[in-house]
Amino acid sequence: MSKLRRTMLYVPGSKPSMIKDIYIYNPDSIMFDLEDSVSLKEKDSARFLVSEALQKVDYRGIETVVRINGLDTLFGMEDLEIIVKAQPDVIRLPKTETAKDVKEVEEIIEKLEKEYGIEVGKTKMMAAIESATGVMNALEIANASDRLIGIAIGAEDYVTNIKTKRTPEGTELLFARCQLLNAARSAGIAALDTVYSDVENMEGFRNEVEHIKGLGFDGKSIINPRQIDVVHDVFTPSEEEYEEALQVIEAIKRAEESGSGVISLNGKMIDKPIVERAERIIELSKIN
Amino acid sequence: MDRYKINFKDKGKIKRKSKVRKNIENLIDELEIKDAMTISFHHHFRNGDLIGSMVMDILDRKGIKNLTIFPSSLTSAHDDFGKYIKSGLIGKICTSGLRGKLGQDISSGLLEEPVVVRSHGGRARAIVQGDEKIDIAFLGAPHCDVQGNANGFEGNSPCGSLGYAKVDAKYADKVVVLTDDLTEEIAMPYSIPAYDVDYIVEVDSIGIKEKIMSGATRSVTNPKELLIAKKTAQVIEELNIVQNNFSFQTGSGGSSLAVAQFLRESMIRKDVKADFALGGITGHMVNLHEEGLVKKLLDVQSFDLSAVSSLKNNKNHFEIDASFYADISNPGNAVNRLDVVILSALEIDTKFNVNVITGSDGVFRGASGGHSDTAAGSKVCIVVAPLVRGRIATVKEKVLNIVTPGSTIDVLVTDHGVAVNPNRKDIIDKLKESKVKIIDINDLREMAEKITGKPEKINYTDKVVGLIEYRDGSIIDKVYQVK
Repeated sequence: MSKLRRTMLYVPGSKPSMIKDIYIYNPDSIMFDLEDSVSLKEKDSARFLVSEALQKVDYRGIETVVRINGLDTLFGMEDLEIIVKAQPDVIRLPKTETAKDVKEVEEIIEKLEKEYGIEVGKTKMMAAIESATGVMNALEIANASDRLIGIAIGAEDYVTNIKTKRTPEGTELLFARCQLLNAARSAGIAALDTVYSDVENMEGFRNEVEHIKGLGFDGKSIINPRQIDVVHDVFTPSEEEYEEALQVIEAIKRAEESGSGVISLNGKMIDKPIVERAERIIELSKIN
Repeated sequence: MDRYKINFKDKGKIKRKSKVRKNIENLIDELEIKDAMTISFHHHFRNGDLIGSMVMDILDRKGIKNLTIFPSSLTSAHDDFGKYIKSGLIGKICTSGLRGKLGQDISSGLLEEPVVVRSHGGRARAIVQGDEKIDIAFLGAPHCDVQGNANGFEGNSPCGSLGYAKVDAKYADKVVVLTDDLTEEIAMPYSIPAYDVDYIVEVDSIGIKEKIMSGATRSVTNPKELLIAKKTAQVIEELNIVQNNFSFQTGSGGSSLAVAQFLRESMIRKDVKADFALGGITGHMVNLHEEGLVKKLLDVQSFDLSAVSSLKNNKNHFEIDASFYADISNPGNAVNRLDVVILSALEIDTKFNVNVITGSDGVFRGASGGHSDTAAGSKVCIVVAPLVRGRIATVKEKVLNIVTPGSTIDVLVTDHGVAVNPNRKDIIDKLKESKVKIIDINDLREMAEKITGKPEKINYTDKVVGLIEYRDGSIIDKVYQVK
């Protein structure tokens, strides 16, 4: 089964107290941020802090992601130089608009990997899409590099860019989410949803998680450990789903044993996508 | 001969004597306070207490020397008591807690005699069994009538339960109630009965309201505290403690408070009701009580206004005294009926010994409280603590000072995992078959040290500045002067 990415937990790169043991919350991925949550005067210290943490702290096998500053800023290049050396699993690019943005960063990463004696291709990438241009180019971005493990939508910048604001229903994000999701699926990589900023509104958060799960997303960026349980809970198959999936697999086995070509369960035909879905549900249930 | 002799002497109507005195100054003259006497206070007004300083100021002006002060605890309201040590007024201190400036003063050796640190139950025992004799108790009361019936849930500066003060009122030679809400109207129900009170003085203010207690029930949002609480709730669930008529005590720390919330969910799911919740009562427990999930609240100390108002209005919210609460010599004490208690710790070592009195620098900065009492009495005692606080490890090879012996601590829940005392094979067996993963406490210590590194040794002198008395009166540890 592909790696689970239900929860990608943000931690500001400037907060040692959080960085030192963020793994205790057991998210699927940890994202150390060097970009928007770090003030200008802390850009350098945060970069070194994250680099040190990646090399010294045992993150218990949890995927580590570092969001760097854009290459069009004063900090992006230095971020890459320091962070690639510290070997996080993934480098996350902010505000990606074209395939070229991805390729540029990839070239630098490759050069640095060679320079530091790191196996070329080891450092994975993901791209955050945060503008109308990015959304329209989602497919070329998703296919821009073999290093890409996923694309993510950054909603706050995006809604500002398309001249609207976020609503609880998320109608304004529907197009972008669907476009991104289909681009990710087409490229065979993960699709990750944006953050939900109101930490106190657990009900609104759960609604949004259910919505994006329904759309097909793999998971969501989150800003507070308290949000983890809700996401994992929503992404855990229900007992009925699990039972049904087991029945599907049983029916397949029986059909194979009896050499029957047409497989049906409770009067419904079972075909390949149904089997694939059932297998995924069983795997997800086991993990939870 | 007539067996029945009439010996009646007519005395007429009773001539009422007033217990009310105009001011403390005159009363102190009347009381003939002498050097080396023992006087007591309570700490129900916490950081807002004005009584301690009010009385000490006057005694100091009168030139009294070498008093033993015997408060139920000392708070930041008593930060400047060092000046009374310097003036010679204070010769000895017995308390449950010591912190802030005064804690530093004591740890640096300002007081010649070691401070005696007792648990809440231990203090009550020492009074009841006569180890300590209180000559005069100065007890602040938020509401008091002219005969001395007093309570803590009415008046201008309510504090709720007067559980610690009740023992002083009963056993002290002379009892003075100081109040800022003196009424002609009889104060019923009373926490302290008039028959225990000798004098009453009305003062401008007994405490600073905002510092006595928080208005709002604290809600827990810190993710680390919630994580620890969730793990604790899991342990409680797996040990099957939540059954009809179970009993519990949780502290006022974040993780403890949040455990109460998880217990609620568990009680509703299982459709069970707790018999009682004990100890310091918070709004969270009041909510559980008013929801019908906890039948009785046994309140030795109220932590917020919601608890105060419940004590006043809910008939099954009972005020208990410190001896009933936790005194080992009291055969009916409540801690011996506890199914589970959740406690915090400044430090815990690999033998499960807990320190709640001195900080990582060896300086007084905590309180013994009901820690060792509830740990010993409860069926299951769970300590909750983050593995590391800031840059300081909580789990260590050896605690600087022992307040609660490891033999009475059963489970440690940290944000990095759960450890069980090897003595409790029954708990280990149960948890082994559950989803809760047990970690050896030595591994937790190693994890902590990996994060913080090894701390430098503290520079102590040979001078003993504190004696930590266990609840039975034995000395469990000594606290040394820090250079």
